[in-house]
Order: sequence, then structure tokens, then C-alpha cells
Amino acid sequence: MSAWANIKTVAKRELGAYFTSPLAYVFIVIFLLLSGTFTFLLGGFFERGQAALAAPFFIWHPWFYLFLVPAVGMRLWAEERRVGTLELLLTMPITTWQAIVGKFLASWLFLALALALTFPVVITVNYLGHPDNGVIFCGYLGSWLMAGAYLAISCITSAMTRAQVISFIISVVLCLCLLLAGIGPVVQFLSGWFSPSTVSAIASCSFITHFANFEKGVLDSRDVLFFVSVIVFSLFTTAVILRGHRRG
Amino acid sequence: MRVENVIQVDHLTKLFGVRRAVDGISFTVERGEVLGFLGPNGAGKSTTMRMITGFIPPSAGSVMVGGFDVAENPIPAKRMIGYLPENAPAYTDMTVAGFLNFAAEIRGLRGDKKKQAIARAVEMCSLEPVLHQSVDTLSKGYRHRTCFAQSILHDPDVLVLDEPTDGLDPNQKHEVRGLIRRMGATKAIIFSTHILEEVDAVCSRAIIIDRGKIVANGTPADLRRKSEMAGAITLRVSGVAAAAVSSKLYQIPQTKRVNVLEDKNKSVMVCVYPKPNAADGELLRAVGELAQGWRIELLQPEEGRLDEVFRSLTLPDTEPKSAIGHRASAIQK
Repeated sequence: MSAWANIKTVAKRELGAYFTSPLAYVFIVIFLLLSGTFTFLLGGFFERGQAALAAPFFIWHPWFYLFLVPAVGMRLWAEERRVGTLELLLTMPITTWQAIVGKFLASWLFLALALALTFPVVITVNYLGHPDNGVIFCGYLGSWLMAGAYLAISCITSAMTRAQVISFIISVVLCLCLLLAGIGPVVQFLSGWFSPSTVSAIASCSFITHFANFEKGVLDSRDVLFFVSVIVFSLFTTAVILRGHRRG
Repeated sequence: MRVENVIQVDHLTKLFGVRRAVDGISFTVERGEVLGFLGPNGAGKSTTMRMITGFIPPSAGSVMVGGFDVAENPIPAKRMIGYLPENAPAYTDMTVAGFLNFAAEIRGLRGDKKKQAIARAVEMCSLEPVLHQSVDTLSKGYRHRTCFAQSILHDPDVLVLDEPTDGLDPNQKHEVRGLIRRMGATKAIIFSTHILEEVDAVCSRAIIIDRGKIVANGTPADLRRKSEMAGAITLRVSGVAAAAVSSKLYQIPQTKRVNVLEDKNKSVMVCVYPKPNAADGELLRAVGELAQGWRIELLQPEEGRLDEVFRSLTLPDTEPKSAIGHRASAIQK
């Protein structure tokens, strides 16, 4: 199908762009360093004496992504607008949707690659004990979906501006709000202001609450649906913003 | 060859807030035509081109490319168009070869067809020396040609070129003009420019737009005829007083005005402007007969100049048009 071919072409170019700049290598090295440090030093991987990855490994991911994913997503549209290639891309015989999905998929695949490179942690835990690899897989899946949600939000902020730094800051703030919404102290604080149903509605938008189930190895369709709908909604918003720019 | 309107622009309008960037312009371009799009900065040239290529939607009016409405049916319309945007953007992190490969694939070219298309475009734009160089290390000329190569990859029926010679050196300008002229035989081409000599060199027709409106539309010769200078006679004689020459020339019925351009060393140079209804060549004959008693050093009919037409049509109305014509000719002489 030609729609798929167009998406693939856009994605291929975008993915190539990550690796021709130092961004990809810097990102991967820092992500792996952070994962390693936090898992083995701060997470107390060895002290726990448990063959599991939830507490020492996956628990940090929402916080790593908070800073790292906006750094990956900030250039997606801001750079195209700054250089003027957006005009080139959108006058090609492809739809805006194909361009948006192609670019998103490329970055998401890149994040998948970075995540996959943490495999030594899985090998270590399997070498030392007998973990439930199903739970670990579920954790990876959740982590990847969550990264996708962060990324999609970065797409919105990237489409809003020509300046990558502004895109980065705004998306960190947005993601932080979504992250904190489900954390204990914040929920307590909110319940002083809003009715319990409002508070639980806000808390249910939190990345942390939905990701927690994946960490435990619970693959709930509602959690999958949550992240997928954040992605779809954000990409839709990106399309609206791009259309707005073109309207002038 | 069958004559067809490949591009049809109908009452195209674009509002940015309350400003009318493009204000109800209509024109057509046929296959085999090269249309020059002229106008001062901010006249609406780029905005019009962006609407033709489907980058921005019009506020009102429509653009048809090859029978497809660009707003309603963008994909088949965009397939027919090759576009060189202003400032020739290209992905700076790619090599020239990688960039052209991407452009070819997104145009749906695969395999051998893709290779041939890229090879042809690379040859036409002389890009071989930089093929494996990264775009952000290219000189402006090469970068421009890279983006130009992208626009002709799929051998489109319609080419929209926004200032294709901007930033090129004179040799490159000459090459690009030649390229446009050659391709113009089989395609419908619109290109915008500030450079008036380009209109003569390349265009079969030219449109001048100012503040979003078309102020002139015709062949370069048509446009030149709008000039006050068109049909004027420049005469240089010696041994006669300027006043005498001038009063004699005013006796010719076709004379509208006589300008003394130079009066020194007993040599007088004047320009005689014809009345608007004077037939071609009439004034020249009359001046020629009249001047027989003088020592003629120069007797030359003027064709009219595009720059003068351009200025008189696009300058704010506060300056009288004749004054502009006068000054322009005085500067040139």
C-alpha cells in the first residue's frame, strides 16, 4: 500500500537523521549509563536478593524519560520548520498524517533500540537467579509504550515552535504534570482542593499509575489503551497545530 | 502539441489576519509556457506559489493543477508538481545522494526507475562532485542545485520555482536559465524572480504582481510596450542650440514631450516621447526628416524597458509616473 510505503520512507529518513548526528550516540550512552547506575547502585539490585527487575530497574524509567524523551522528540518538527524543509515535505505527494506517523514511528523505534540495549541487565538477572521473564517482558513493553506517550507529547510541543529548546522545556513540564498526577503526596494535596472523583480522574491520567501495573507484570488492556490513546490524541493535536501554521 | 491549461488559478485569495497577502488573482499557464512571476518583496509571490503547491490552503478561490483541485484533491495534484521553495531548503544532515534518494522514494520511484531519475537529475544539475557530501557543507550554489534537482526528479508536468537563481553566481545563473528554458518546451513552469533581465532571457509570459494583485500580464514585449519609453527616439546632434532642437521637435504632431538629456560641448542629446496613439515608426520617420539639416551623431529608437514598467506599476502612487520614467532614463544615459 502506498500510504505505508510513504510512512516507511519518512521513517527511514528520520531514523537515519538520528544516526548521522551525535544525538543518537549521546542519548544511548547516557540512557545506558543512567540505567546501569540507578539499577546497580541506587536501586540496590544486589542487596535485594530478588531475581526481578521491577523495583531496581523499571521504577526509574518514568524519570529518565522525563528528560531524555523530550530531547529525542524536540527536533522532530521544530527543526523542519526552522530549516524550511517542512515546506518541502508537505508539498510532496503524501498526507500530513503519513508524515506525522512516519516521524513518530522513527523516533519510537529509536527509543525501542535504546531500551533493547539494556539487555545485559536481563542477562545478569537470569544468570544470578530465576526471574519470571514474562514479567520482565511486560515491564519492557510498558516502558516502551510509556516512552511512546512521552514522545507523542514532545511531538506536540515540537510542532508548536521553531526553537528546539522551547519545545524541550514545555514538553518536560507537560510530562512532569502527567507524571506527578498519580504520586501519593500530589494526590493528597489535590484531595484538599477537589472532590474525590475529580482527584481520582486526575490521578488516573498519570503515567506512573498505569506503568506500575506493567512493572508488576500485569498486562491490563486499560493500561495499554491509556498509553495508546495518549499517543493517538497527541499525534492528532500535532496535526491540528501543523494545519494551524499552514493556515497562517 | 495539444495546448492545455495545466495550471489554473482562479480568484485566489490569502488573508493573514486582516492583511490581504494575495487578493483575488486569476491566471492560467499552459504546457510549453514559462511564466515569470515578478513583483517587489512582499507582493505575494511566495504566498501564491505556496498555495499552488498546496503548502498553504487559500482563504478563497481555487488552484487547479492538471485538472485536480489542489485543496480538494491534493495528492494527485502534488504528484504533477515539482517545487523549489524559497531559499532552497534541504535536509542538512543528509548527503546529496541520500537526500535525492529520499525525494525519489517519496515520489514513489523504486529500483531502476529511481536510479535513472537520480542520475538524470544529478547530470542536469551537475551535482556529481558533491554527491557524497553532506548538505550542510555545500556552497550556496550547490545547495540550491540540490534542491532544484529534487524538484525535477520525477520529470513533473508542472514546475514551480521560487527564485531559482537567487544566490547563484553569474555562470550558474546562466546554466539554470538555460535549464528552465529547455524544460519549458514540454512543461508548464512558473518561476518568480526579482531580476528583470531573466524575464527576457527565459519567459514566454510575465505577470507583475503588487500588493497581492496582478498589475500586468503579457509577453515581455507586451509589457515593454507599456513603458513610456516604448517608441521614444533618442537623438544626439551637434552644432545646434538645445532650445532650437527642442522647439523644432515639438512641431512634430506625434511628439508628446521632449527631454533634454545632455547639453554640453555644443552637442545636444534629447529624448522624444511619442503620444500614446502614435503608430509604430511614425515618430522615427518624422524625427529623421526633421533632423536632416543637423549633424546627427545618434538616432536611435527605444524599445521600452521592463525595469521602468516594473517601477511605474509597483511603486506607491504618490510619485507621478512620468517623473519616474524620466528619472529612470536619465540614470541610464
